[in-house]
Amino acid sequence: MKLKYALRAATALALISGAAANAETITIATVNNGDMIRMQGLTDEFTKKTGIDVEWVTLEENVLRQRVTTDITTKGGQFDIMTIGMYEAPIWGKNGWLVPLNDLSAEYDVNDILPAMRDGLSADGTLYAAPFYGESSMLMYRTDLMEKAGLTMPEEPTWEFIREAAAAMDDPENGINGICLRGKAGWGEGGALITVVANSFGARWFDEEWNAQFDTPEWKEALTFYVNLMNDYGPDNYATNGFNENLSLFQQGKCGMWMDATVAASFVTNPKESTVADKVGFAMAPHKDGISKKANWLWAWALGIPAGTQKEEAAKKFVEWATSKEYLELVASKEGWANVPPGTRQSLYDNPEYASIPFAQMTLKSILAADPTNCCEKPVPYTGIQFVAIPEFAGIATEVSQEFSAVYAGQQSIDEALAKAQEITNDAMEAAGYR
Amino acid sequence: MARMVSTRRKTINTVLAWGVGLIIFFPILWITVLSFKSEGDAIRTPIEVLTAPWTLESYATVQERSNYLKHFWNSVILSVGSTFLGLLVAVPAAWSMAFVPSKRTKDILMWMLSTKMLPAVGVLYPIYLLFIRMGLLDSRLGLTIVLMLINLPIIVWMLYTYFREIPGEILEAARMDGAGLREEILYVLTPMAVPGIASTVLLNVILAWNEAFWTLNLTAATAAPLTAFIASYSSPEGLFYAKLSAASVMAIAPILILGWFSQKQLVRGLTFGAVK
Repeated sequence: MKLKYALRAATALALISGAAANAETITIATVNNGDMIRMQGLTDEFTKKTGIDVEWVTLEENVLRQRVTTDITTKGGQFDIMTIGMYEAPIWGKNGWLVPLNDLSAEYDVNDILPAMRDGLSADGTLYAAPFYGESSMLMYRTDLMEKAGLTMPEEPTWEFIREAAAAMDDPENGINGICLRGKAGWGEGGALITVVANSFGARWFDEEWNAQFDTPEWKEALTFYVNLMNDYGPDNYATNGFNENLSLFQQGKCGMWMDATVAASFVTNPKESTVADKVGFAMAPHKDGISKKANWLWAWALGIPAGTQKEEAAKKFVEWATSKEYLELVASKEGWANVPPGTRQSLYDNPEYASIPFAQMTLKSILAADPTNCCEKPVPYTGIQFVAIPEFAGIATEVSQEFSAVYAGQQSIDEALAKAQEITNDAMEAAGYR
Repeated sequence: MARMVSTRRKTINTVLAWGVGLIIFFPILWITVLSFKSEGDAIRTPIEVLTAPWTLESYATVQERSNYLKHFWNSVILSVGSTFLGLLVAVPAAWSMAFVPSKRTKDILMWMLSTKMLPAVGVLYPIYLLFIRMGLLDSRLGLTIVLMLINLPIIVWMLYTYFREIPGEILEAARMDGAGLREEILYVLTPMAVPGIASTVLLNVILAWNEAFWTLNLTAATAAPLTAFIASYSSPEGLFYAKLSAASVMAIAPILILGWFSQKQLVRGLTFGAVK
């Protein structure tokens, strides 16, 4: 009996190891976001057009990062296209891990891609990944609660006004928090948020000599403002809230305001998911009075081709197709303009049908306000806004954001956290040879 | 010696056991409930979730989007394959350790266990590079071998403990009757240790089924088992709790059912030797 099973297993294994990959199939690694899933559903159109089959490997963001990093650093060749972010694209491009995208066809019209996106995905002037969708951050607020409070949201609010509005809308008895913001540890979660808040208070991560700046008054002011605002008018346990937690709170009507990714706009205005779909207004990310930089971040999910793939031509065809104007029209014709991946092409925002969507113009304005080559009020030696585009940053910022989250949870003081952040960052930068 | 157990005590024990069981089982129960709700209802408060209408829409979406059967068969092949491959090595190994121990046997056992104390990610790069060289990336064969290797210490340890409960005299008697080493292991030792072997097999199938580091890192499109299937429904931007729950239920259901039917065997195996 046992022998029979063993034989069967052995036979099965032998059969499997013999199976070879089809030359006409490309494998794409991606994340599970709405726009990506929609793209998977539409790949049949691509196969019909080109005869190239597509295999998808969908993974959770952090798992995907680890997975594709392992593969690209060892030249494992498991993927022909990788979905990567704005943080990875310039670093990997510089290392020669990605195929340069400098020979895209004329009809692709690379100049139509928003300049901020193009810059953020390039290294030394060469584009290394094509943006599939792009986002900045903006303020979403409840129009009904603002009206009840007798306030009008300006298009470019200051943090002082946000505090006033949060105080007016905060209504603990009815379970409404004045404002919801991320506090969760992680460089891409709470770390990204506090960095843009700090930028909008005139702070920066590093000075021109790569010295950490957490000991400056700007950082202290920004962190103090955030902590007081959230302690007074934020949800309980905000130290563990990230994008999804806040989305859930906002959709259930438990937040007066929420500043987060522009991509959230399509979720909170979708009546199928959101109880407040018809009561949401949009404004630019706030800034401190007198500071020109707003709390805008810039992010894109982009498609890159790992150097060394055997199927470069087929992969390029797919990248061109998935990030083309034609693809945007395809999505619009099948699922409506509200579901088109936002934030990549100027032509989309010139389209009158798209422009009539409530959050479209504010999304574009937010993206245009973000400049990855010039994040801060003072000069910096790095590119990136809510991150610093160097390989060491993810590790450093995750540790720093853990120190900040400990403040949010009431486990240490602001001064302690800033001192630790300063030490962590300077030590790591010294070890990496920047200082 | 018989013990008198009062009805009261029995009741208390039963209630306690059910209580603890329910607490442990609750997350699975809640996932199951969420999987039958719409995406919008799944994020509401618990009471609103329970009163919301039941629906199969998440299952329909998951079916439509993913090739469940492919992942399912990969899981079956990997878990069963690695366990049986492991037994082929572990039965002889445990036999020699249990019946002809040497001075170093205890040390070897401890050393084997110590390999489980190393964080898996520490050897990710060496194994990844080996797999590239041997063309084993994203292959069921390669993953079966890795899963077998990481579970081998547990298989050997479990079998060793079971074998030690079997009196060596019985094996001696078999030898006196002219049984060779092969016959001794196959016809005398193995049948006597069946409950132990069965529970070892079950436990290792479950461990291999749930293994989520190597199965995610060494696979892409071809060999990905159900762990990768679940991972594909977790999202950083967007609430897909209902779909994620549906995918989880579909991934754990087979092993849950297997556990259900083999409960008796599993418990008997785990307590084997405790009562004489």
